[in-house]
Amino acid sequence: MDPGNLALQYFLSGITKGSIYAVVAIGFNLIYSATGVLNFAQGEFVMLGGMVAVTLAQFVPLPVAVTGAILAVAVVGCLLELLFFRKLRHHSILHLIIITIGLSIVIQEAALHLWDEKVRSLPYFTGNEISSVRVFGAAISPQVLWVLGAVGVSVAGLHVFLRYTLKGRAMRACSSNPEAAMLAGINISNMRTLAFGLSAGLGALAGCVISPITMTHYEMGGGLAIKGFAAAILGGLGNPMAAVVGGLLVGVLEAASVRYLPAAYNDVSAFAILLLVLFVRPHGLFGAPAGAQVREH
Amino acid sequence: MSLMRRIPPLLPFLLCAGVMVSLQQLMRATGTQYCLTQLTMSLYYAIVVMGLCLLMGHAGQVSLGHGAFFAIGGYTSAVLTTHNFSAWGHSSLGGWLQQGGVLIAKEDVFGNAILTVSPWAAFLAAMLLTTLVALLIGYPALRLRGHYLAMATLGFGLIVSKLLVGSTLTGAADGINGVPPWPLAGSLTVTGKTAARVQNYYIACALVLLLLLLLRNLLRSRIGRALQAIHDRETAANAMGISTAAYKLKVFLLSAWLAALAGVFFTHFTGGIGPSEAGAFKSVRYVALAAAGGMANLWGVTVVSTALNYASLRGWFGSLDNAVFGILLILIITLAPQGPLKPLGAWLRRVLRLRNLSEERLERS
Repeated sequence: MDPGNLALQYFLSGITKGSIYAVVAIGFNLIYSATGVLNFAQGEFVMLGGMVAVTLAQFVPLPVAVTGAILAVAVVGCLLELLFFRKLRHHSILHLIIITIGLSIVIQEAALHLWDEKVRSLPYFTGNEISSVRVFGAAISPQVLWVLGAVGVSVAGLHVFLRYTLKGRAMRACSSNPEAAMLAGINISNMRTLAFGLSAGLGALAGCVISPITMTHYEMGGGLAIKGFAAAILGGLGNPMAAVVGGLLVGVLEAASVRYLPAAYNDVSAFAILLLVLFVRPHGLFGAPAGAQVREH
Repeated sequence: MSLMRRIPPLLPFLLCAGVMVSLQQLMRATGTQYCLTQLTMSLYYAIVVMGLCLLMGHAGQVSLGHGAFFAIGGYTSAVLTTHNFSAWGHSSLGGWLQQGGVLIAKEDVFGNAILTVSPWAAFLAAMLLTTLVALLIGYPALRLRGHYLAMATLGFGLIVSKLLVGSTLTGAADGINGVPPWPLAGSLTVTGKTAARVQNYYIACALVLLLLLLLRNLLRSRIGRALQAIHDRETAANAMGISTAAYKLKVFLLSAWLAALAGVFFTHFTGGIGPSEAGAFKSVRYVALAAAGGMANLWGVTVVSTALNYASLRGWFGSLDNAVFGILLILIITLAPQGPLKPLGAWLRRVLRLRNLSEERLERS
């Protein structure tokens, strides 16, 4: 294969992984905007989505299994908010963040005991392991198209939701000024629950579409949370659409370091570039410096 | 009565020393002195958490990269004290270093003559390297606030751990073994040998108590109050003329030193170090332990982190170790966000005050 095509191949694989990071980063942003909390259990939603779908797929057709997994994990997200964050609103933000770390450890262990330590995966949505589609001379699996399509559609849907529906506008109002939103008659607590449910559901969707390519494993959540956090920070916290750019960038950087550096160093360049970006632009690529300065949740 | 009032500041230290001694005596009496090894390790880990207590609880900065500083300290002394520098032996620089006691000649396990750096010199080199790295990463990171700083330190930690795994000098995925003992002074030696187990336990205890005393005094000085102001309202502190940037950098450096110091002692004690010490999971765990101990409460974080690390090093919860850690973390933060020692202390004080009151009443009557 000529070098151009090889580079394209790596680029496409970077975009595929990056789109998953983007979804995790959007989840970070939704919850951060609504509550000020960084939810480090975000990666666990992706893992749970994959796990539940794999289990359901043994009994029902694939589309039903995927839908069921998304709904189930969204319910889990809502429950987390109802059980923990609604009750603990008067704790400091840092304490709540530590609680999400605790939750992520507990969810991971629960998954280990509910399922087991085996790697599992959903079947390919169309075709199988060896079928491929040629795009500009690079061969990609049809599942990659599913990933990009599903992520693209859900991101566009989220954008429309936040921009043009009453609920979505209410959510944005909550994040820009909670007190004013409350005075306007918006139920902030329910908006927070909705934010948790939405980001959990989105995470589960990502977990389902990526499962045939990267497999689902109980330990996958931690790494995804770190990469998703990096993507959210790179884009600038509080802006879900900037997170998409952040996620794709992290994915492509990662693929590039796999291509050009020894395997042992595979994440080094991605994080080094992230550090450089942060040192030059302390509020991320698209973040607003003024907003971050004297903001209290 | 005046004596009673003057004792309290030192009372916790005496109490703590008492608990440390009675723990050792208890283990000696029950023949479980082998547990001291894990207790010593937990005490060294607690030093890292003490640094984070300063950084998070008093300066309001979150670092998810302190495992990396621990590893930088540990690896620097491990590499320098095990690497063979005999190629330098014939040069004038090597001879000069040997005369100064920086390089020492000895035999390896196969009886070959080798030349390695002395533990004290390696310790100084480790602290120097930590200073350099902490300034390099801390200076630009000062511009970052809150979550952005957390990400920068997390990224830094990940880079360090990848570099350690990728480099043959640091033993790649195996880490470094066979780190020699560290003769501190006289017959005091930091080593994992069974005969020196009790001695090493007391070395760790003394180090922890000394650091606690130093940090407590630091926090009660002008610096401590400035840090408190930064923690509560950074903008307000700035407006009052506190150079927030300088203070944050100083505290970051101090906490990095503490982590590296713990790393050096730990490496000499266990005789080796592996790349997992720099991993993100370790760093996150340190932060979680600091939060569980009450964040700003030096005593709380020391006790909680020693206890929890000891429990997991001894394998009390078996394969459920992580689950128990997660649940304890959630419970402590939900029920006692100031750390478990705060409510306990408040209760003790209430009991003591009640007793004092009743004594006074008795005296009066």
